[in-house]
Amino acid sequence: MSRSGVGGNPLRDERDRRLPRIAGPCGLVLFGVTGDLATKKIMPAIYDLASRGLLPPGFSLVGFARRDWDDQDFSRIVHDAVREHARTEFREEVWAQLSDGLRFVSGEFSDDQAFARLRRTIEELDERRGTGGNHVFYLSIPPRYFGDVVGQLKANGLAEDSGSAWRRLVVEKPFGHDLASARELNEVLEGVFPAEAVFRIDHYLGKETVQNILTTRFANEMFEPIWNSRYVDHVQITMAEDGGIGGRAGYYDGIGAARDVIQNHLLQLLALVAMEEPTSFSAESLRVEKQKVLESVSLPRRLDLAAARGQYAAGWAGGEKVAGFLEEDGVRKTSTTESYAALRLDVDTRRWAGVPFYLRTGKRLGRRVTEVAVTFKRAPHLPFGPHATEELTHNALVIRVQPDEGMTLRFGSKVPGTALEIRDVTMDFAYGSSFAEASPEAYERLILDVLLGEPPLFPRQREVELSWQILDPLIAHWADRGRPEQYPSGGWGPAGADALLQRDGRAWRRP
Amino acid sequence: MTELSDVTSAEIAAELVRARTRAGSPVMGMVLTLVVVTDEDGAEAAMDAARAASREHPARLLGVVLGDGRGRGHVDAHVRTGTGGSGEVALIRLRGEVVRHASSVVLPLLLPDAPVAVWWPADAPADPAADPLGALGQRRITDAAAATRRRTTVLRTQCGAYSPGDTDLAWTRLTRWRALLAASLDLHPGRVRSARVGAEAHSPSADLLAAWLELRLKITVERVTTSGPGITETSLTLADGEVRITRPGGGLATLSSPGRPDQSVALPRRELPDLLGEELRRLDEDEVYAALARRVGSRRRRT
Repeated sequence: MSRSGVGGNPLRDERDRRLPRIAGPCGLVLFGVTGDLATKKIMPAIYDLASRGLLPPGFSLVGFARRDWDDQDFSRIVHDAVREHARTEFREEVWAQLSDGLRFVSGEFSDDQAFARLRRTIEELDERRGTGGNHVFYLSIPPRYFGDVVGQLKANGLAEDSGSAWRRLVVEKPFGHDLASARELNEVLEGVFPAEAVFRIDHYLGKETVQNILTTRFANEMFEPIWNSRYVDHVQITMAEDGGIGGRAGYYDGIGAARDVIQNHLLQLLALVAMEEPTSFSAESLRVEKQKVLESVSLPRRLDLAAARGQYAAGWAGGEKVAGFLEEDGVRKTSTTESYAALRLDVDTRRWAGVPFYLRTGKRLGRRVTEVAVTFKRAPHLPFGPHATEELTHNALVIRVQPDEGMTLRFGSKVPGTALEIRDVTMDFAYGSSFAEASPEAYERLILDVLLGEPPLFPRQREVELSWQILDPLIAHWADRGRPEQYPSGGWGPAGADALLQRDGRAWRRP
Repeated sequence: MTELSDVTSAEIAAELVRARTRAGSPVMGMVLTLVVVTDEDGAEAAMDAARAASREHPARLLGVVLGDGRGRGHVDAHVRTGTGGSGEVALIRLRGEVVRHASSVVLPLLLPDAPVAVWWPADAPADPAADPLGALGQRRITDAAAATRRRTTVLRTQCGAYSPGDTDLAWTRLTRWRALLAASLDLHPGRVRSARVGAEAHSPSADLLAAWLELRLKITVERVTTSGPGITETSLTLADGEVRITRPGGGLATLSSPGRPDQSVALPRRELPDLLGEELRRLDEDEVYAALARRVGSRRRRT
């Protein structure tokens, strides 16, 4: 690249960092337009991208669903979703740019004629809006329909790249429910689309704070030297939700916390915290390092001692009377699905030997929080009296992923006014409560990356398979161990989870 | 909110700390100090815009109102901690001889280590970097379009005095235009033979856009006067036709290019907080603007 133009374009200059990357001409076909995800996340994110000037002129959005709608009906749905959930201000000119390119195709996923109509719609858009044959197919639908849809796309010639035009496929988790089903699903997807055209969305990876884990580690000098088993005692990765399963019983019962959250979000967080420095921040280098660390993760041999699970019991949470897991609508009374899961993992590398990673996630816990706490060892020698350091615990670096994105450092400090009394204090870095409001939503970043064809933030199939390989033995172990323990709603999980850490002489942090 | 009358910087600094503690959190999450240099009439609007921009970049905002320079020096301050996490705000009114020593008031109030940006919402010094307040900042933000004096020459004068770290909102206003033009040329490679920029008569942004195109494309750009608002048209002539962006109403634009259907694209005139937000995202020298400023600054007056 030279100063006199990047890629032959004289208006581009690598020093010109104001110029955003606008995606080339393209359109997006959305399957499943009435779901929560579509209306609360995807449609608003598309509007916000347009509003930030990052969508190509002519960008088109095609909705595909069973509803008996025309383009106007779809346009109203998108309009309402944008009005209610978009982050940026609603402006008529932005809406005018978007609404010209809205189309709706009505039909079943198995209906040949509907897909023929979809093909004609796409061809019409290429011609009238200049989308250039570049299209993203976004499957915001249950995975059981993936086969039908990609099969239809293939049959209608919509799946292949032709000339310079590209086709990409976006899928959301779950990526299977165990290793075998993940492979099966992948055969369906990668049987039709090439591996590099399949984008798996784990929206956690689009969050600024998650991306910031790598910057914190690798852009600074002060963290990396102590980021190893010599100084780190253990790591706790928590994703807690205060809500119950709500209306998701149909999906959740039979899946459970481990599959729903640990397999993807928590193992990805673990990979980012534990990985070695990548040679660059390219998708390929990151993938290599994440893969390496996931390959070295192991479950302890005694699974009964290394994991805990539970179901929330009826009770009071945050001043509200709530039902227990087994009383939720749509949950089988005999369900053994866990709403809480915790486990210990080891990373068998020189850097992490002997440093356990404790992962936990659950519903109806004390508050909604996702964080990574790196807990350091105690100083090898404390030159103070025997009582001076009673209140001093372990130093900790806590990365808060959400909410209140930021970082906390806990360390000992002298209590003022005492002769010599040392107590833990916290030093806090907040992105600022309002910085978060101004910063782009994860979905904006991820959708833009799909349109630009930049995959660093998307897990590849190998990572998905490795995660299942880690979890499958535990899920099998639980399958014939009766019912999960009940835990009080609004607290911090079952007694078994506390015992899990106590056995190692440790305790969970209260997030 | 506290009013302090006839005070020194130390008293203002102490009040900022007290206000922070009163607000319940002594934590400082601020990443920079933004100094806003304004007159009394423009102060309120400028501080509102700066506060909105500090939602993206938590900042200590120091408004400096330069009053009448005659008589005994007098410093009044109006201190508050921002709501919604937007940091701290002090609006400092100077009159009397201290007006000529404003930097002595501001220097003790800068956040430790954090970068400093200085913004003149309306009239700026002819040489911002040589100005005592300007010299405190690594980023000096002027706005040639908002100048009330010497409107036709202000951009050229400022560019002539360019120092690393200077930037003008007339340049910031162009980012979307430039992004769209660059994206269009991605799709239409090939030499641009000529170009035209249409805008209202007084438009520093249009002058900069024309200069940027001349610099990058190594051609002469025709500047056409229209009734506005702002820039209304830019076109690039290629071997196989014309890439043209027209924006008659200041909001929705139309992009026409060879072999492609006309496309509408939102190209709204951006508000001040949005522009300031973009300026504060990067605080090192804008090398592209530097090259442009040297070109515009060395140009003789157009006849």
